[in-house]
Amino acid sequence: MGRTEVVSRALSGDIRAVSRLISLIEDCVPGFEGLYSEIYPFTGKAHVIGITGPPGSGKSTLVDKMAAVCRERGKTVGIVAVDPTSPFTGGALLGDRLRMQRHALDDGVFIRSMGTRGQLGGISRATSGAVDVLDAAGYDYVIIETVGVGQSEVEIASIADTVVLVQVPGLGDDIQVIKAGVMEIGDLFAVNKKDRPGVERVVAEIRIALELSSVASRGGGGTSRIAGSAGHHGVSALGAAGSEREETVDEEAARPCWHPPILQTLAETGEGVGELFDACDEHMRYLAGTGELDDRRYRRARSETMQIASGRIWRGLTDDRGAFAAAEELAWKVARREIDPYSAGNELYEMIVK
Amino acid sequence: MMWNIKQGYVSLAMQRLRRLVHVYVGGIVELNQSNLKGELDRWKSTTYGKTCARFPERREKFEGTSGIEVQPVYTPLDTEGIDYLEDLGFPGEYPYTRGVQPTMYRGRLWTMRQYAGFATAEESNERYRYLLEQGQTGLSVAFDLPTQIGYDSDHELALGEVGKVGVAIDSLADMEILFNEIPLDKVSTSMTINAPAAVLLAMYIAVAEKQGVSPEKLNGTIQNDILKEYAARGTYIFPPKPSMRLITNTFEYCSANVPNWNTISISGYHIREAGATAVQELAFTLADGIAYVQAAIDAGLDVDEFAPRLSFFFAAHNDLFEEVAKFRAARRLWARIMKERFGAKKEKSMRLRFHTQTGGSTLTAQQPDNNIVRVALQALAAVLGGTQSLHTNSRDEALALPSQESVMIALRTQQIIAYESGVADTIDPLAGSYYVEALTTQIEEAAADYIRRIDEMGGAPMAIERGFIQSEIEESAYRYQMEIESGDRIVVGVNEFYIEEEPPKGLLKVDPAVADLQCKKLADVKASRNGEAVEKSLEALKAAAEGTDNLVPYILDAVREYATLGEICDTLRGVFGEYKPSGAY
Amino acid sequence: MGDSMGTDTGRKIRVLVAKPGLDGHDRGAKVVARALRDAGMEVIYTGLRQTPEQIVAAAIQEDVDVIAMSILSGAHNVLFPKVMDLLREKGVDDILVVGGGIIPDEDIPALKECGIADIFTPGTSTSETVKFIEENVKRRS
Repeated sequence: MGRTEVVSRALSGDIRAVSRLISLIEDCVPGFEGLYSEIYPFTGKAHVIGITGPPGSGKSTLVDKMAAVCRERGKTVGIVAVDPTSPFTGGALLGDRLRMQRHALDDGVFIRSMGTRGQLGGISRATSGAVDVLDAAGYDYVIIETVGVGQSEVEIASIADTVVLVQVPGLGDDIQVIKAGVMEIGDLFAVNKKDRPGVERVVAEIRIALELSSVASRGGGGTSRIAGSAGHHGVSALGAAGSEREETVDEEAARPCWHPPILQTLAETGEGVGELFDACDEHMRYLAGTGELDDRRYRRARSETMQIASGRIWRGLTDDRGAFAAAEELAWKVARREIDPYSAGNELYEMIVK
Repeated sequence: MMWNIKQGYVSLAMQRLRRLVHVYVGGIVELNQSNLKGELDRWKSTTYGKTCARFPERREKFEGTSGIEVQPVYTPLDTEGIDYLEDLGFPGEYPYTRGVQPTMYRGRLWTMRQYAGFATAEESNERYRYLLEQGQTGLSVAFDLPTQIGYDSDHELALGEVGKVGVAIDSLADMEILFNEIPLDKVSTSMTINAPAAVLLAMYIAVAEKQGVSPEKLNGTIQNDILKEYAARGTYIFPPKPSMRLITNTFEYCSANVPNWNTISISGYHIREAGATAVQELAFTLADGIAYVQAAIDAGLDVDEFAPRLSFFFAAHNDLFEEVAKFRAARRLWARIMKERFGAKKEKSMRLRFHTQTGGSTLTAQQPDNNIVRVALQALAAVLGGTQSLHTNSRDEALALPSQESVMIALRTQQIIAYESGVADTIDPLAGSYYVEALTTQIEEAAADYIRRIDEMGGAPMAIERGFIQSEIEESAYRYQMEIESGDRIVVGVNEFYIEEEPPKGLLKVDPAVADLQCKKLADVKASRNGEAVEKSLEALKAAAEGTDNLVPYILDAVREYATLGEICDTLRGVFGEYKPSGAY
Repeated sequence: MGDSMGTDTGRKIRVLVAKPGLDGHDRGAKVVARALRDAGMEVIYTGLRQTPEQIVAAAIQEDVDVIAMSILSGAHNVLFPKVMDLLREKGVDDILVVGGGIIPDEDIPALKECGIADIFTPGTSTSETVKFIEENVKRRS
């Protein structure tokens, strides 16, 4: 398969071509940008759903069941399952597929496992690339599954249209959602393993946390996001800067608001998964109906553009031997307390821009 | 210690306390011990220390598989916390450290039970009769994988597997052939079957009926241990809850109808084979045992009704003393759990009876005759540890299914230990060894600590669901492999002392035609049975599965009508669903 | 932010570790999976009871360089060749396929004949397996 052929075949949904194209982008092979530009016009059609939650919350099983619901409804789905790459060896054990293998022979379900490959946050640029390839290849839904540690929840929100935060009773850290301050990014909450004791408590805790976060996000002046509130969810969902949040506040009054529903699921048996899927669809209708979808996608595009640009700049810096040597030397000076990091940074900047 | 008291392990807490007190006051109060301590220190710094300085020992630190450090020498100081009557007692008496029977092998030797079965029921039947003629005293049936997972031989997933690791059983017709001319009231039969255990037990009962043998005369064991399938062995069918129901159903049914049947063999063997250490094997097995006892109690059964029929199954590996200590610790810890945690009253409920198999994973494909020696050492450990029955592996099992000649050597190994070595002539001969007693206590306490952690997670089923047990096992397996690769652990013939050798000859092969033959037999059965009766019995089973009745009588009805194993399991799959692995991976 | 900007890019060897057939003994498969991970590879583990069709479909979707299969039940003579046939049927010729498990020496020539690159029997060190894969992967870009 030549590269041009890869693109045309991927766009027609050829599985091997889709798969190879994801690799080419993931590996950043020379010229992959060109391939990207060929598929990009065909993206933007899929509903991108991000699923994140703590280890052991049953995300993979939930995704497996969501894929089944998808198929029952005659839709196709691409799944990108992200697992951490070992920072020590660069290798990764990607085990999410294990729970989804029954879909392996169904052409309407495409599953791809990815390592974070050194991306601090957990969601790599490559993930975004894989999502775009699957989108362009015509999958109706693209589900990204990632373990919720550190920054990845926030990053998933920068790619997904709908973010599902999965919680589970009995992990001993029920209120971790609140502590981590990631409530804002959840468009939907799935309390999985609902047959376990303590499920009501987790639901109540999420409800309270949602109220608190909604109060906090408007400086105590806003009303609750729950129960008939005017709170507008999704504003901060993109993890965008505070100034952006201000920009959208004015429009809020005019828009209907989204109250993140809290659903109970039992992924093992599939109970509640249909409802979860309905809620995702409902969220998409809300996004499309209010114009919020365009906002979200604009912000995604913006953050990607910035990231790619700064990535190029950084690579330019590290590729330039002279600059890199200078950077290393400056770093030593900072470490020895001879200069401060800001001065060093400025010096380096001057040198490169010049 | 707090936990031990809270969980009811008063005696284990006392044992720890006594040890602490001895360590603390021993040196002050007891002059002799104080002298000993001083003398030991002197020896360490002079005689021993000087030699070590001149000729360093082979390694910096000696350790058993479980990471327990092995001292250069053991003295009475290492056993001073042990109270003979409390912690050891006498054979046949609580806490059974020294053995579950009063006379042990002086009365009757252990049951020599070679796990066998392959290809068709006809060929397996022939091998069983050969083994019985050779002096084997019990049968142990190995089933092929489709049977173990509840698929008929013509199922898509059975491709390439029919008759490979055991005998293929599709219906009662196969079971009738398997036990042809073997009087079921005279032999005891152990069946390695788990997820569909109730079905195979029902078939066994039905064959006995045809021989005119009533169920109360039947002796034997079904493995019936689903938790270790999730954790280590992989031949599961249904999710945990309905699986536990099937297990408690068999407990209940057998206690009323098949009273001499061992309704479960709670198995550490496969946990060990998957890579666990001796301590992990013990801990995870007893944690599984606790879960079964709790499930049966929760289902309304009286602990003393079913507990006497619980049995265990452990591995014996190469580290002789660690293995012996493990078996002794197992008996003591289980007795205490049953008495203090579950309030068992009957002595029989507190006795941990176990079958042992030598360690399959310790066998090497290189220089396979060396395996005979490994097996002999492991078998010795099992006998010194007081096993009730024993399977010795054949030398060629790292290469293929065992040949008839290899099986005979393996059986002869047991017979040599039994009749020539003299180790069976006194009970628990290693008791009182400073090393073995210290190690027994250390292993017991390390296992109890694991069980406490598992209790905190909500018990073994939750610990498995979280992947805790699996990842502990995987970690140990990986460490073991890396020790071999770094040369830190020597395996004779593999990473040391290797030779160029010819590929072995005469390995047993299962004829691929077996699958076709089996499928044909299956078709014949389906053609000749009463289809309407089969359907009716399966419908009744389905309705029962949806309700709360004991399922064994319904399974028995279906089996009698020649419903196939696959049909019965599919009926249950329809109601219960199938298990999806979760956990560390 | 520099270090998060994808300095760790470029090809990584991707390996599908699979257990065809019904046997549940995955100790070896898991040890090998970890060893490959520790050698810097990306390892996709499919779990137990995989049909040849599922293995091939997963290998294609995951775009792996290597399929590593392990069988201890004796079904290798049926299942390994089936995987190779399916790969050929799909026109896949750039995946290195290796096998392991309890496989008698006398079976190995026929398995190699059908396209399995090598068979690792009990006692093989994981470093040998790693080295073989590193030296024999077909795709390098």
